[in-house]
Amino acid sequence: MTAMIDLPQAEPAAQAPERKSKAGGSLGKYLLVRFFLIFPTILILVTMVFFLMRVTGDPITAALGGRLAPDQLAQRIHEAGYDRPIFIQYFEYLGQIATGNFGRTISDNLAISDMLATYGTATLELAINSLIVALAIGIPFGMLAAYKRDKYQDAILRVLAISFYATPVFFAGLLLKLVFSIWLGWFPVSGRAGTSTEIAMASLAAPTGIYWLDALRSGNMNAFWDIAQHSVLPAVALGLLTAGIFLRLVRTNVIGTLSKDYVEAGRSRGVSEYRLLTKHAYKPALIPIITVMGLQIALLLGGAVLTETTFEWKGLGFQLAHYLTARDFVAVQGIVALLAVIVAITNFIVDVVAALIDPRVRY
Amino acid sequence: METKKSLFSRLPVVSQLKKSMGLQRGMLIAGIVMTAAFLLTAALAPLISPYGATQRFNETQAPPSSVHIWGTTAGGYDVFARTIWGTQTAVLVIVVAVALSIFIGVILGLLSGYIGGWLDRILVVVADAIYAFPTLLLAMVMSIAISQGRSNMWSGIFSAAISITVVFIPQYFRVIRAETIRLKAEPFVESAIVVGASSVRIMARHIYKNATRTLPLIFTLNASEAILTLAGLGFLGFGIEPSSAAEWGYDLNHAQTDAASGIWWTGVFPGAAIVLTVLGLTLLGESMNDLNDPRLRGRKRVGKKKNGPTKDEELVDA
Repeated sequence: MTAMIDLPQAEPAAQAPERKSKAGGSLGKYLLVRFFLIFPTILILVTMVFFLMRVTGDPITAALGGRLAPDQLAQRIHEAGYDRPIFIQYFEYLGQIATGNFGRTISDNLAISDMLATYGTATLELAINSLIVALAIGIPFGMLAAYKRDKYQDAILRVLAISFYATPVFFAGLLLKLVFSIWLGWFPVSGRAGTSTEIAMASLAAPTGIYWLDALRSGNMNAFWDIAQHSVLPAVALGLLTAGIFLRLVRTNVIGTLSKDYVEAGRSRGVSEYRLLTKHAYKPALIPIITVMGLQIALLLGGAVLTETTFEWKGLGFQLAHYLTARDFVAVQGIVALLAVIVAITNFIVDVVAALIDPRVRY
Repeated sequence: METKKSLFSRLPVVSQLKKSMGLQRGMLIAGIVMTAAFLLTAALAPLISPYGATQRFNETQAPPSSVHIWGTTAGGYDVFARTIWGTQTAVLVIVVAVALSIFIGVILGLLSGYIGGWLDRILVVVADAIYAFPTLLLAMVMSIAISQGRSNMWSGIFSAAISITVVFIPQYFRVIRAETIRLKAEPFVESAIVVGASSVRIMARHIYKNATRTLPLIFTLNASEAILTLAGLGFLGFGIEPSSAAEWGYDLNHAQTDAASGIWWTGVFPGAAIVLTVLGLTLLGESMNDLNDPRLRGRKRVGKKKNGPTKDEELVDA
């Protein structure tokens, strides 16, 4: 995990001496280079997935094989153009995505863009909920651990943070379900909302797709309550995973800031430790967290797949597992392309923020 | 300094245990004990487990009893036996995955860092793209491509391991590449060039040994990530078939529906096994990492030992 967190920070430092000599180091140039790196990132991931998926054969045999006679199958494959050389198909596919046409899913014949919009918002909702949980736990307790450094509170919090990371989301989900749904009966076992709420949400005009927002906008408080109840366990299961990382990160950064010269100066003038923590060390220590938060998007998306499957939360991750099992390659490629775009753009934003905050990054 | 480094490279855990104190020592020892218990269980699985991993019984979903101390699953497997045998699957996958990714990652990192130029640029962009993408999602796609999603014990272990390898290579690649670039400018490499040593020899003899010092750390940290990825794959149904080997993630998938009807024993035990194993490996890796970083080491020692050149910190961070 440390490797995951520290690598992105360490990388500019490691590369800096090499590139400094070449690029002059103006902010605009740096950001431009970073911006154009978005495209190869997306291209590489889309290419990898395209060829990996085609290794196993064409999408139609994979999805419908066994259900159709061989000659019918061959006819369908020919009509769809899957019997042409793979490189022609590849460039055709690239051309299609470039114009924003992702095609239609093979197994349920949905337009990929509609599918992404429907399930993407569900994943977004889960991600927001869990991020709230993670920040609410990670920041205060991380500061506490730094403040009580090497005392028993610090020990307990650090072991807890590692345990959160060590617990797979689906096991955390299972325990939460057992305790809070089955034994205590406080929360529903799975799903995004009850049946009546689902229907109410589907019949809304111009929905955002984020249920609690829609419920609030339409003033349906019963639905909102129902949605809130359904949201708690998935958000906690996924949130705890990231909370552990935030906690450790806040702790390390606050400890680092607390030993800075200006904090020492404050200490020597008799400023209390508590005030040093809350007034002097708090804000500078949070800056690296903003960038790392962006980098956690990959972990969050990976965790979302598991959380969604655990709680039958019908989002992108749930659908990705479903489409992979159904060998619906068009759908899988569409989802991966969207995720690649999200990851690449997030990384770009992180780079921009990091460069604006810390001039040393612009090499 | 020189003797200390060679001692560290030979016996990483021992030297760190000596450096440690108080809380950090406790965490390190806990990590060592848990990891040792995990390895021992894997080695002695045939002796510990009363039944085979894939042995099925007529009692399904039976609660814990004297015959099945941790109960049985809906498929009639003994939960205790499957949890114990699961350690073996986990060890095999970790060893294959991490060995493969170190091997490939180190070679690519050395080449990329030493040769530089367009090869370096392409490899860096590709590695960054893979590194940025969610590990598990890529591993899922890989496992579908390798094994069509279902497989027996050995091919399952290899397909899971290769899926994990692909996503781990960039991590080793980046560390080794950064180190290689740094070492390339060192006097001893320059003198080797002057003497007329070939590029292959410089990479293999001079740079390789110096660039791989931090690998034991990444190894322990990655081992825990490999277990989580394996379990994640198994949980989503892209892992190893239950009839060919015991795998915790798969068992937890089936335990989800059990949990909804209040059957706790099918999920709690394999889940606890994952948590304890990952916890042990992470505690071990984390403590070693902290002990190598003078900023994070126990404060009382910092004054006494001043061996914190910034290069080392950069290394550990990477």
